[in-house]
Amino acid sequence: MLKWLNFPEWLPENVSTFGKGVDNLFVAIYWITSIAFLGVMITLIVFLIKYRFQEGRRAGYIHGNTTLEYVWTIATAVIVFGLAMFSLPQWNKIKFPSQFPGDPGAVVQVNGKQFNWDMTYPGPDGEWETDDDLQLENQLHVPVNKVVHIRLTSDDVIHSFFVPQLRLKQDALPGRFINVWFEATKPGTYEIPCAELCGFGHSGMLGYLTVHTDEDYEAWKSERWPDTEKKGVNVE
Amino acid sequence: MNENTQGSHDHHHEESFVRKYIFSLDHKTIGKQFLIFGLIMFIIGGGLALLFRWQLAWPDRPLPIIGASQTYLEEGEVETAADRKWEERYDDDKDSWLETKMPSGIIDPAFYNELFTMHATIMVFFVVVPLLVGAFGNFLIPLMIGTRDMAFPVLNMLSFWSNMLGTIIMIAGFFVPGGHAAAGWTGYAPLSSVPELSGVDWGQNLWCISLIVMGISSLMGSINYITTIINMRAPGMTWFRLPLAIWSLFIVAILLLLAFPVVASALALILFDRMAGTSFFSAAGGGDALLWQHLFWFFAHPEVYILILPGMGMASEMLPVFSRKPIFGYRSMVYAMMAIAFLSWIVWGHHMFQSGMNPALGMAFMTTTMLIAVPSAIKTFNWLGTLYRGSIRFTVPMLNTLAFVSMFVIGGLSGIYMANSPVDIYIHDTYYIVAHIHYVVFGGSVFAIFGGIFYWFPKMFGRHMNEILGKIHFWISFVAFNGVFFPMHILGIGGHMRRISNPTQYEGLLHMQHINVFITVCAFILGTAQILLLINVFWSMFRGKVAEQNPWQATTLEWHAPTPVPHGNFGAIPHVYHGPYEYSVPGAETDWIPQTQPNGEPLPDEPVPAGASAD
Repeated sequence: MLKWLNFPEWLPENVSTFGKGVDNLFVAIYWITSIAFLGVMITLIVFLIKYRFQEGRRAGYIHGNTTLEYVWTIATAVIVFGLAMFSLPQWNKIKFPSQFPGDPGAVVQVNGKQFNWDMTYPGPDGEWETDDDLQLENQLHVPVNKVVHIRLTSDDVIHSFFVPQLRLKQDALPGRFINVWFEATKPGTYEIPCAELCGFGHSGMLGYLTVHTDEDYEAWKSERWPDTEKKGVNVE
Repeated sequence: MNENTQGSHDHHHEESFVRKYIFSLDHKTIGKQFLIFGLIMFIIGGGLALLFRWQLAWPDRPLPIIGASQTYLEEGEVETAADRKWEERYDDDKDSWLETKMPSGIIDPAFYNELFTMHATIMVFFVVVPLLVGAFGNFLIPLMIGTRDMAFPVLNMLSFWSNMLGTIIMIAGFFVPGGHAAAGWTGYAPLSSVPELSGVDWGQNLWCISLIVMGISSLMGSINYITTIINMRAPGMTWFRLPLAIWSLFIVAILLLLAFPVVASALALILFDRMAGTSFFSAAGGGDALLWQHLFWFFAHPEVYILILPGMGMASEMLPVFSRKPIFGYRSMVYAMMAIAFLSWIVWGHHMFQSGMNPALGMAFMTTTMLIAVPSAIKTFNWLGTLYRGSIRFTVPMLNTLAFVSMFVIGGLSGIYMANSPVDIYIHDTYYIVAHIHYVVFGGSVFAIFGGIFYWFPKMFGRHMNEILGKIHFWISFVAFNGVFFPMHILGIGGHMRRISNPTQYEGLLHMQHINVFITVCAFILGTAQILLLINVFWSMFRGKVAEQNPWQATTLEWHAPTPVPHGNFGAIPHVYHGPYEYSVPGAETDWIPQTQPNGEPLPDEPVPAGASAD
């Protein structure tokens, strides 16, 4: 049961550069809320025991306490406002396209459609909708420790691109391209569930993110685009 | 005053059965109608939840009893049935309704979506709002402000019966081809606005129409509440002598009045998209899917406060009575509710942090959302302050109120995680939000409703509910409630998406499946415990201990009215001399001073409304 109270323990392993910041905020809020909760509950229980009905004792006649009310109002406001200000840089870092780190090691278009993820690579020429584009179903391959840029969109309804281990979630909207970035820090395979209800096949809409070591990624690329090295074109 | 004479007219003539019990104009009867209606819908909404909880704990296993279908018995094997269910999805010639929804007793994924969509829709629009606003609002407002009835009794009756019409339309949706609405209670477009994308045909249309009708019902109610509270308070009942329950209902009525037109127009746009070929929400036709979310949440965030504010008001009634103390910080309680109501209009974007909305808006909405913690904290601390140096009686209403306070604390604190937009990136659309909303709406509002039913039952029906049964119901519900919803926080932190019908499809969730099983077992206990509540309510209506006029020794005006409350409520309209929570006043003979007890001062000016001379 104690294990159930230790929320941060349940977070899956973090494998992204910005994930640590999200986790730290989570832990900070966990402690703030836990202390607030325990404070309120202990006070409540003490009051319930101490001030329970007893023959002959009369309740106090108290309408309030202005000083006390100012204190807890201002204290709460300071804590939550401070928390918001403290969190903003993290939000900007993850979601503001203007703050995305440049020089991506891979650029991929991810297309949600009932009920699969289509991953499109621009190929060696770095251009969309050319002959060397490569489209994979539910398979996203990226290099480790490199920034990855994703153009997220949807063919039909709203889907949500969710990689728990990256601490990344972004809805995919039909008719819009939304830019997303991440940098994975550990090779491996991770699930990409759809997190937004998208129809009767929502459950089970699942892609896989494979984070390769540099050599593996090069090998994977040359397997997909065998001509690349002969032509000497730089693969994005 | 005008109402005085009008009221005494009505006393004498006998009413027909239909006028008295069905198309009644009496606010008390309409309140009771809403109460019984809400309790019945509570059972239906809860039943739907139990069905999908089964699926979540034991995915693709046939349901007990219903699941022992002929096909399953013949084949005796689950996998075949599950596979065939997918193959047969698009066949029209299904054997029966049950076979369509639950082939071989296994819940079809499309039916699963209908189940959670309708669970939430019913609980929000057909249970909590009718109970809090419809039942308690109607019953309490005229009694607590000291008047004979609502300002517009006919409108009041129409409010209930249009609510019934909306219910019939909503229930009918289960039986139309294509199934009921399955886009979640939030009905995100374009899943909801393009029939081809969901496979749902008339179900979604009926969902929209029903909610518009329910909205009209709420509008009639809220206009009535606002008018009544502004114009018809008893002499001496100044604004700051109003009980907090009335304040909360007044604020909620204003929220309803302003919020429902927005969602009604959004629902109409969905209907146009579905039936008239427009494309407000389809990118292909130049529309935008996010438009729906903005309109919906602009309505639905005030709506979730509509679900909690009357609970806060009712808790603020019961805490002083059973602590025998004035409420702590009466005025700051009122201002906190106003602040919550005001903030509810400028925080809707926190539902849309990950939606693709401009991230700069995310910053603004995070800040405003965080600020809601301030009035919420004020209320919580004031409730604690009310207990301080009280003389606390652990009656059933008090137990439920204390559960309300502590569960609201958990629900409020868990909200901070989601208000924080970077953390929300991870826990958005997971079970964390499911846990949060249930701690606020079930742990909060529903426990307040349990307490409120028990507390006002003697005034409603002239009889007491059974105390022992009430305590058993409370403790089982309280423990089982936490067993159901607390572990959902864990699921959410573990990355468990909401609205998925089969968690075992995801490798990353397998290690938490035992929690799903635990939750489902607790859910069945929680559901079963509600039978005790129903027995208690319906048995006590006819067989309960006869109640006196003021069994709780409370100060507010409803206890000044005779029990059972006659048509017209009061003999003579009471005059009000005190605030609503004068308990344990030093020097007083009893530990309570009713609002009507003269204090030697001359009667304060009667609140004569500006337009009063016109009628």
